[in-house]
Amino acid sequence: MSTIFGIPSNALFSQLLVGLINGSFYAMLSLGLSIIFGLLNVINFAHGAMYMAGAFVAWILLNEAGIGYWWSLLLAPLVVGLFGAAFERLLLARLYKIDHLYSLLLTFGLALIIQGSFRQVYGSSGLPYAIPAALSGGQKLPFMFLPNYRAWVVVASLSVCVATWLLIEKTKLGAYLRAATENPALVEAFGVNVSLLRTMTYAFGVGLAGLAGVLAAPIYSVSPSMGADTVIVVFAIVVIGGMGSILGSIVTGFGLGLIEGMTKVFYPQAASTAVFVIMALVLIMKPAGLFGRAS
Amino acid sequence: MTDAPAASPQPLLSVQALEGWYGESHVLHGMTFDVASGEVVSLLGRNGAGKTTTLRAIIGVLGKRRGSVTCAGVETIGMPARSIARLGVGYVPEERGIFAGLSVQENLTLPPKLRPGGMDLEQIYRLFPNLKERARSPGTKLSGGEQQMLAIARILRTGSKLILLDEPTEGLAPVIVERIAEVIQRLKADGYTIILVEQNLRFAQSIAGRFVVVEQGRVVDAISNESGCRLHQLHAYLGV
Amino acid sequence: MSDVVQSPASPSSLPDSRAKTPKAIRLYLGVLLGIAAALVALPFAVYPIFLMKVLCFALFALAFNLLLGFGGLLSFGHAAFFGGAAYVSAHAAKVWGLNPEAAIACGALASMGLGVIIGWLAIRRQGIYFAMITLALAQLVYFACLQAKFTGGEDGVQGVPRGHLFGLFNLADDRVLYAMVAAIFMAGLLAILRVIHSPFGQALKAIRENEARATSLGFRVERYKLAVFILSATLAGTAGATKAVVFQLASLTDVHWATSGAVILMTLVGGMGTLFGPIVGAFVVVGMESYLAPFGAWLTIVEGLIFVTCVILFPNGFVGALAKKTAR
Repeated sequence: MSTIFGIPSNALFSQLLVGLINGSFYAMLSLGLSIIFGLLNVINFAHGAMYMAGAFVAWILLNEAGIGYWWSLLLAPLVVGLFGAAFERLLLARLYKIDHLYSLLLTFGLALIIQGSFRQVYGSSGLPYAIPAALSGGQKLPFMFLPNYRAWVVVASLSVCVATWLLIEKTKLGAYLRAATENPALVEAFGVNVSLLRTMTYAFGVGLAGLAGVLAAPIYSVSPSMGADTVIVVFAIVVIGGMGSILGSIVTGFGLGLIEGMTKVFYPQAASTAVFVIMALVLIMKPAGLFGRAS
Repeated sequence: MTDAPAASPQPLLSVQALEGWYGESHVLHGMTFDVASGEVVSLLGRNGAGKTTTLRAIIGVLGKRRGSVTCAGVETIGMPARSIARLGVGYVPEERGIFAGLSVQENLTLPPKLRPGGMDLEQIYRLFPNLKERARSPGTKLSGGEQQMLAIARILRTGSKLILLDEPTEGLAPVIVERIAEVIQRLKADGYTIILVEQNLRFAQSIAGRFVVVEQGRVVDAISNESGCRLHQLHAYLGV
Repeated sequence: MSDVVQSPASPSSLPDSRAKTPKAIRLYLGVLLGIAAALVALPFAVYPIFLMKVLCFALFALAFNLLLGFGGLLSFGHAAFFGGAAYVSAHAAKVWGLNPEAAIACGALASMGLGVIIGWLAIRRQGIYFAMITLALAQLVYFACLQAKFTGGEDGVQGVPRGHLFGLFNLADDRVLYAMVAAIFMAGLLAILRVIHSPFGQALKAIRENEARATSLGFRVERYKLAVFILSATLAGTAGATKAVVFQLASLTDVHWATSGAVILMTLVGGMGTLFGPIVGAFVVVGMESYLAPFGAWLTIVEGLIFVTCVILFPNGFVGALAKKTAR
């Protein structure tokens, strides 16, 4: 068996794959957080809960309505997005004029409600969600075994991130979003409905989290606590990347997933803390974040 | 004390007893003036008199405003900015408001078309050839003068016939100021109605038909550009 | 400008040396005496163990509120100090065999040290970022506690001996234990009041109201922020260390982010930026936790609902310090 730095190569590659998978979710989540933060100035604490809700919606669709994975990929983000839109319209929108810390507290409260509700109904233990038949099995590569589903998750997440980036950078709607992020009042003065844009942005951001939840369901078991710790890691990633750039949050998300995976290989004790240590280092050296603009 | 106001029976824009707040501070204390269709009116006054705030209040981006602003016969005081813009009011803000995250062309096409009769891209590029050359570069990479052209140009696409222009010459070289004066003359000839906030009295005199003098959030005088000797009073008002 | 315009939302209980009339001072002293009297009387009416829990969390909430209301900084990671100190004092009492007062002092000192590090990192960013950074660093502390040997992992440190206070008073007696907890609470409260009314507290107030102006007046704003952060961390640690002795247990719950959330909730319910509000908030939240404990996840749901309700319906109740910062 071949080794790299004294580590069996297939162990190394499979940990890298785990890192890439985590990175896929980090990227989708931090992307949504960044877009929401950019336009709404809200740190969406409920982002982890929305990710969890996405997984649960997929599980419920399958077990209560017999609707399978592929439809869930479409429906779950839609359900989560619509819920997000309603939340933004009814509650969050009232807080834009006061200190942004209030919206942080509001979304924290929402996260507790969502988490508690799912725990009350479905219990704390994880529920299994099967890998769709078309993606079961895997490829035997010369250096490792690559499960099809995991390859799909990486490809799907990367495509979604790139598509989102294109949507924001290359379309008219994206131009509205970028402009309103810089100067919402002026965009409004041009006749654009910025409130609607905010609602759509929040819905889209949490929809992305819901989509990440569906992708995650067959990998991790579906449980009410699945988003709670993830969202804190994603916060750290957002601090590391800085909220300035869309591309930055995608790159940082994947990058830190990989670094976390590598840590698991070389120094397993530090795997769960690596991201936070890196955050501390970045704060010392570049407080605005790697891709951030100093404010 | 005022010269005869606009002759037209129904003004395009009528501002009555307008009060406005900038955050906590009360800035406008009952602004009243009319602007007739096709007129170029310049708001003059010292720094902090409330000229910029007046424009912001008209377009509706001020936090709090009270009184009455009728635009083409429609009362707008309760409307959000987007609805006021859709009545055909174009806003060219102080500091130009060019978006750094958008290319020149994106900046140009950002404001949606609100009414028929706006210029198309080709006409705009003919009027501002520089912008065409720089269409792909980020908006804020343009020179100050080009940014000002862009800020005006993007409004011309929308079909708005009333344009609020806030200090278009600020910080620009004399050659550029002349160029902007030409553009505004051209718009005037095309029948646009313009409210201009200016510190540069010479520039204002070269294009405005009437001056509305603002002091401490009130209109204290209105002087026609044809009234000869009274124009000297403007210097007194501005303290120059 | 801001010294002329008094925000209407500013809580009246905020100390203001300029406006203080003899009557206000009397009221103030009255409240303090009332608290002292309640500390004496309540054990006759309320289960003392519950009361001690409330007092530990009330001190914790007061410490948190010192940072928020007077430093203008919302920490989302205060459980790191509370729980970290709990582990250290539990370890000191159990393994090193120290007297309770020394064990609690060890816990408080450890939190102070942790406060220096986390504060030094976190004050580099403001507002929402500060909240996220403190949360992330506290999560780091959580994982460190999960993995470290001396913390006992999932089990925590159990069977911490209460010992003899100063080697003399046996804390196995709940009444003696209560007296100690009440004394620590009162000392903490008085320390906070002393700080707020010192020149240091006045400088903090100036910074909170207008940071740019305070900087231009020559205040080294970062130092003040760090100092109040460390102070808050130390007091939060004192509370956590005391709790470990009282309940003979230090566990992962104390360092978990949910505890950081709980202390925010206490302050939110009691009124952010008010002086005595967090005490009321601690009473309400700890009480609610014990009553709702049998109902499983309902506790989480209710806490979430309270967050949402407070933020939406009564933002003015705790706007005080925060609103001023953004009013500009």
